[in-house]
Amino acid sequence: MGLFIAQLLTGLANAATLFLVASGLSLIFGVTRIVNFAHGSFYMLGAFVGYSLMQVLPGAIGFWASVLLTGLVVGLIGVIVEVLVLRPVYKAPELFQLVATFGVILVIQDLALMIWGAEDLLGPRAPGLKGVVRIMDEPVPLYDLALIAITPFVLFALWYLISRTRIGVLVRAATQDREMVAALGVNQSWLFTGVFFLGAGLAGLGGAIQLPKGGADLLMDFNILAAIFVVVVIGGMGSLPGAYIAAVLISVLNVFGVSYLPQSTLVLMYIVMAIVLTVRPYGLLGREEVVGEHGQVGEPERPIKPAGTKARVMVAVMLMALLALPLADSHFLVILTTDIIIFCLFAASLHFLLGLGGLVSFGHAAYFGGGAYAAGLLVVHVNAPMELAFVLAPLGAGLAAFIIGWLCLRLTGVYFAMLTLALAQLLWSLVFQWDEFTGGDDGLVDIWPAAWLSEANSYFYFTVIVGVGGILLLRHVAHSPFGYALRASRDSQRQAEATGINTKRIQWMAFTMAGALAGVAGALFVFSKGSVFPNELEITKSFDGLIVVFLGGVKTLSGGVVGAASLELVKDYLTRIEYWRLALGLLIIVVVVLAPNGIVGSLRKAWERLRGTPADEPSTTAPVALTSASAGTQESER
Amino acid sequence: MLELSGVNSFYGKAHILRDLGFSINAGEVVSLLGRNGAGKTTTVKSIMQLVKPEKGSVIFDGVELTRLPTHRVAKLGIGYVPEERRIFTDLTISENLEVGRQPPRPGVYSWTQQTLFDLFPNLAERRSNRGKALSGGEQQMLSIARTLMGNPRLLLLDEPSEGIAPVIVEQMAHTILKLKAEGLPVLLSEQNLHFARMVSDRAIIIEGGLKKFDGTFAELEAQPEIRDAYLSV
Repeated sequence: MGLFIAQLLTGLANAATLFLVASGLSLIFGVTRIVNFAHGSFYMLGAFVGYSLMQVLPGAIGFWASVLLTGLVVGLIGVIVEVLVLRPVYKAPELFQLVATFGVILVIQDLALMIWGAEDLLGPRAPGLKGVVRIMDEPVPLYDLALIAITPFVLFALWYLISRTRIGVLVRAATQDREMVAALGVNQSWLFTGVFFLGAGLAGLGGAIQLPKGGADLLMDFNILAAIFVVVVIGGMGSLPGAYIAAVLISVLNVFGVSYLPQSTLVLMYIVMAIVLTVRPYGLLGREEVVGEHGQVGEPERPIKPAGTKARVMVAVMLMALLALPLADSHFLVILTTDIIIFCLFAASLHFLLGLGGLVSFGHAAYFGGGAYAAGLLVVHVNAPMELAFVLAPLGAGLAAFIIGWLCLRLTGVYFAMLTLALAQLLWSLVFQWDEFTGGDDGLVDIWPAAWLSEANSYFYFTVIVGVGGILLLRHVAHSPFGYALRASRDSQRQAEATGINTKRIQWMAFTMAGALAGVAGALFVFSKGSVFPNELEITKSFDGLIVVFLGGVKTLSGGVVGAASLELVKDYLTRIEYWRLALGLLIIVVVVLAPNGIVGSLRKAWERLRGTPADEPSTTAPVALTSASAGTQESER
Repeated sequence: MLELSGVNSFYGKAHILRDLGFSINAGEVVSLLGRNGAGKTTTVKSIMQLVKPEKGSVIFDGVELTRLPTHRVAKLGIGYVPEERRIFTDLTISENLEVGRQPPRPGVYSWTQQTLFDLFPNLAERRSNRGKALSGGEQQMLSIARTLMGNPRLLLLDEPSEGIAPVIVEQMAHTILKLKAEGLPVLLSEQNLHFARMVSDRAIIIEGGLKKFDGTFAELEAQPEIRDAYLSV
């Protein structure tokens, strides 16, 4: 009984940090609609800044002053990020901003490395709260009790701010309809900046306040990211009490998980989340997301068209160049191009889902890694020949997508995205912790192609044929009736239903298909490298996919492939320099700010401006119909 | 006090307003009439800078609006009631009014929640209800009340009678006349000619983004061919 209570208290204390960070994320998302991937970075900065401040400010007063000051400092860093990075891209297509926040993650990682070094820092103990008290004979740290006591006050203060003050009223109004708030005379950019300050500041507080229990290291940002997304989603987007309950639930379960079922620790919170969302699709205290409630920003999407003759010739020339590549006799070039093609296929499959289906998956690595592991496991455990493994791998990935798709498609919008993330993490943690079967952290090795492909060049040709074939297949499907139905389901689910399209089934099929093709990419990958490790299933891999799709251009068919090829090439050069994350992050941010329609979309716009747009015909009655009709005749989609 | 001249506005590539120009004088209620798609809503949005005119000027009390962001236009004292009402459904009625609140403006009637509840008694009883619990007519009332909380010097009403029960439309006409009696000028975009004639001094008719008529209702009645050509009666 004593142990039980002690563990419960530990869980409650851990919930403090989780709640602080998650509530900031929830606030930022609620008002700005930005999925802030960099929120974990604010938390990490909080830990580092807090550590440095505590070195300078002595005693108990110094400790708590450091904590508060850290909140202020990190809040101001959040303001800098908002003003410099996000403000220029508020008008960009939905979710595009997350690419910018990803750039911020990279920049902050390297800046932290420069300032605080690579060593893990051990947090100082809180002066005056170093001891333990005995509760039913079990030692409980005093600091834990302090955290348990503080959190409800923070919750109350936030709740009061949001529901009882004028600022809170404005924030809630802006959450629903920013434009109307502006039309009533409120400067919403100021409101956004304020919310960013508060949200980032809370993350900073969370980072500082956990110092005595943990410390500061460079992995903190990604380590907490999944957990805070889970907390926000379980609690219900935008609900502070919900975030508190979810933080407590996750932290307490985690403490018990560690002691009674150690293998479960990584998986546990995702299982909780999957269960909660299956029963309550909008989280414990969340409310339904009304589609279109926030209004579509930006201009209407252009129709897509099959490639014209010019574009076809260009693609043919590029293919010829690819096939001629081994003549250059550079082993390095062949390997690099193989990697690029594989990544392009992965990105194209995600783009298919995201661009055409409007289904934002945050966990697409599950199918890439899934395909790679399916092939690897077949080879390692049953000694399957490469050909068989290669055929079964996409089937395995497709099956995973089939099941996960069925679960996730019951939700929409950001909840959908979060559930795909959670289930992908579930798969990752299974692979990571099931040593006997998957090799765990050591991965699977010695997975080589069949004899007839064992030469680097022949495997390269194989990759070109399968990879480019897969990309062309996706393109072809985009122009098929299935592709039309998929886009119809994306643009207006209700109208599509009314014309007899079973939108859920169409989306489910698209999800499965995208998964299977990511699986093909995974299979190509595992046989080209000869091994596979759990990081192919990780969040960062999924994020890489998202970044290139958005960077290339969601609304253009070739966006995914162009984005993937550019990023992979740039990465190859940049990773040779010491602070490559900083360089890459800055580059991403610059591209995001300069090309808010993605690389392809923005290039096309620039081209049109250069060519000059044709004069308007006299417009008469139906302005909206005219927009799309004229767009249709003027654009040629490549 | 408001003067539009040579205003050209676009949605994407579609040219909606073509060299539109008109003015509104102090204390005047003006109706902007025209069919669906004539450009009425775009005109109102071009004043609020929710749509940025590509050419032309919108001058309010000597201030050029086209260079200002929307919230600055509202701060200058132009109150905007959108066609879709756009009340905040998750906020209570009181909170909706609070969002619209601005400091008192010299020389203009200063509204409070209480005086607005006197004007719209239906809202008073439900002040702690959430916006989503209101009927269409009540939402329209709330939208107007919310804008009045900003103590506007000019009110833009975009099709307030659309989809509202006739008895409520009648009530709204009385409200607008009351506001007029307070000296508040109103630009009323309307399709309901009967309603427009009840409350306004002057009519402006647009079609395809071009001004076709600008004059009193008596003048309009003298030219039935204009009414037949540009209004669906």
